[in-house]
Amino acid sequence: MAKATFRIWRGDVNEAQFVDYETEVSEGMVVLDAVHRIQADQANDLAVRWNCKAGKCGSCSAEVNGNPKLMCMTRLNDLPLDQPVTVEPMRAFPIIKDLVTDVSWNFKVKEKMKPFTPRPPDAEDGTWRMEQEDIDHVQEFRKCIECFLCQDVCHVLREHDLHDEFIGPRFFVYAASLEMHPIDTENRLEELKDSDGIGYCNITKCCTKVCPEHITITDNAIIPLKERVVDQFYDPIKKLFRIFKG
Amino acid sequence: MASYETFDYDVLIIGAGGAGLRAAIEASTSDLKVGLVCKSLLGKAHTVMAEGGVAAALANVDERDSWRVHFADTMRGGQYLSNARMAELHAKESPDRVRELEAWGALFDRTQDGSILQRNFGGHQYPRLAHVGDRTGLEMIRALQDHGIHQGIEVHMENTITTLLKTGDRVSGAFGYEREKGRFKIFSAKAVVLATGGVGKAYKITSNSWEYTGDGHSLAYHAGAELIDMEFVQFHPTGMVWPPSVRGILVTEGVRGEGGILKNSEGNRFMFDDIPELYVNQTADNPEEGWLYTQGDREARRPPELLTRDHVARCIVREVHEGRGSPHGGVFLDIAWIKEKISNAPEHIRRKLPSMYHQFKELADIDITEEPMEVGPTTHYIMGGIRVDADSQMTCVPGLFAAGECAAGLHGANRLGGNSLSDLLVFGKRAGEYAAQFATENGNVPLEEGAIDEIAQHVLKPFDNPEDGDNPYEIQAQLQEKMQELVGIARSQESLTQALEEIQSLREKADNVHAIGNREYNAGWHTALDLDCLLTVSEAIALAALERRASIGAHSRDDFPEKEEPGAGKYNTILQKADDGTMAIRRESVPELTEEYQQIIEEIG
Repeated sequence: MAKATFRIWRGDVNEAQFVDYETEVSEGMVVLDAVHRIQADQANDLAVRWNCKAGKCGSCSAEVNGNPKLMCMTRLNDLPLDQPVTVEPMRAFPIIKDLVTDVSWNFKVKEKMKPFTPRPPDAEDGTWRMEQEDIDHVQEFRKCIECFLCQDVCHVLREHDLHDEFIGPRFFVYAASLEMHPIDTENRLEELKDSDGIGYCNITKCCTKVCPEHITITDNAIIPLKERVVDQFYDPIKKLFRIFKG
Repeated sequence: MASYETFDYDVLIIGAGGAGLRAAIEASTSDLKVGLVCKSLLGKAHTVMAEGGVAAALANVDERDSWRVHFADTMRGGQYLSNARMAELHAKESPDRVRELEAWGALFDRTQDGSILQRNFGGHQYPRLAHVGDRTGLEMIRALQDHGIHQGIEVHMENTITTLLKTGDRVSGAFGYEREKGRFKIFSAKAVVLATGGVGKAYKITSNSWEYTGDGHSLAYHAGAELIDMEFVQFHPTGMVWPPSVRGILVTEGVRGEGGILKNSEGNRFMFDDIPELYVNQTADNPEEGWLYTQGDREARRPPELLTRDHVARCIVREVHEGRGSPHGGVFLDIAWIKEKISNAPEHIRRKLPSMYHQFKELADIDITEEPMEVGPTTHYIMGGIRVDADSQMTCVPGLFAAGECAAGLHGANRLGGNSLSDLLVFGKRAGEYAAQFATENGNVPLEEGAIDEIAQHVLKPFDNPEDGDNPYEIQAQLQEKMQELVGIARSQESLTQALEEIQSLREKADNVHAIGNREYNAGWHTALDLDCLLTVSEAIALAALERRASIGAHSRDDFPEKEEPGAGKYNTILQKADDGTMAIRRESVPELTEEYQQIIEEIG
């Protein structure tokens, strides 16, 4: 069996560094398998989050060779194993220990957003009628597994640390899933413009590129939300002026 | 006591999958203080992995469906060992529970007229599973989570409960630790709901995550509650078998619901070779009829691939044992073949089964629209569990409730696909409702402080054990090997007796495992603590399997191939902790079905 070296970030907020572990690799293995093997054989106290191991729960987010990835969906045969594979925690969040970061900010952001508020039911049995084609795009947003890789890679959070003024791509997707929900009656555009900071996004599409669920975050969620904000808050005459000015 | 962080709740829910979240939402509708403790982050529990759908007789696709048919299907699937009252409540209430999710934002796939679409699934007579492609569980847990976070529930993420606290006969709270710093927490509560899920991590090949270590079963058992029918462990027929690192990951039954067929290495559709007596009338006798059924032909009968999971799993094992398996020890599951039947097959498959498409593409380099998958049985679910009252979900321990997979009664000897997501909604709600009622009607109970220091000491023991003590991962792996080998799909007196001996010797080793490092987010320490629960449920499964000298539903004994033991009648196996601390087992006859129930079953056929 072949061997490979994994350079794993070990430590906490006080002290941390990369530690090299050599372990056996076999056909079909993913990064999470290697991390588990190292944990079982060489580093029992290694901290790593995981659950489903099938790309469905979004727990095992990390940076593999510098790229934001789900460890359970990153195959070793897609990586150059003649050099060490680096595995480190998501850098946009404070570290707890080893590969585990404090993502609690995300949960707080969601709690502050206006919840789903349906219109009265369409039918007497308390149900609604919705066309499949009207919910297709919302279902795309609802594929989100909350791995927070989009948050990790977003420069507004990662480089500029604007966590207090900007909710990040995950929550624009969430907002879009509510705003475009055929039976939701709430309006979240004012918050999106002000406290949620949608204006900070300059559509570099980094989030879309890393989404393991292949949600077209920028094109389908953020840009339409930006358009709605513009439509609601900016004077139509000025808007016309802007169009003419190009 | 001053040295522990303490939280006071009226109702404490342990577990935040579908059942726990639903219970918490229900309990919080009263003015009570509700606490929710979960081992992972919110929204990551096992419910998120459920694929196929949630069973509810909405009758949106076939108006012949009703709670009565759903009831009869569930009873038949469970080989008539289910608690009939639970099967009734479940069938009657699941449609409302599904509709209410829509009011909380869930978006199920739609019919032509805009209502909730339903699909076929094994053992269900009519298309009954409300679904969202093959990611129904994600939709459900997210709807519950996003609604739940606005109900005033206090959530303790990444916290593990190690012990239930009792005061006299009554449950009075729970003791646990938080992962981040390893600090202890004490929760006092007037009522406690267990919603901890299953036990899959007792086996080597499983679709379950690290969380599934039988915590609730073990907590309840040690608190004096009864466990019922623990021998019934569901081996889902279709788990991935290749490559080795993904062995056990689930392949949804929805693949077969959409027309997928099972074949052996000789290209034979072997499921036609063995159709159980109980299902002969409902099963297609030729491939064309089976195909028409999956395409919604109301006159057609279901293909044999959609027989109950216990049966399909056994047939796959038979094919492999008799040398007709696939290269990596499974059989072939083929959905690509439907291109013979419909023109846009690849697109159709990707739309109906998107996550299966990605799972095989990304993990196994297989394009399921082009080639067959290799599949084999994987430990998926436990039908047995904590014995509860059908209506209230309370155990025999006052104030202690259980719901979802960790509770038992609904599924009997075998669970139908889709009946789990509905189970956790229906009985999660009931558990929350009755726990709230119990908390309202019964006052505070003071915690018995003396016991707590002792518990804390026990929890820290892995650090104090000698450094040459075993590696906790090693003991866990050994247990999984033994359970797979000796208490798997095929069991015998010999294998089960040996299993009980192995469990005993592993228990001694587990007592001495050594945890390295400190208390901060220390996976090795957590694994050491989980061993307690895993060993308790493993012993329970093996002991109950030894007691049932018959082969029925998910439980198969090589030495007792008959469905019933002569003269024994229908019975449930009941486990309870004896006064001397050993696990005691007894049988209880299944109560006679009431006339009304019997009538429904006869009428539906």
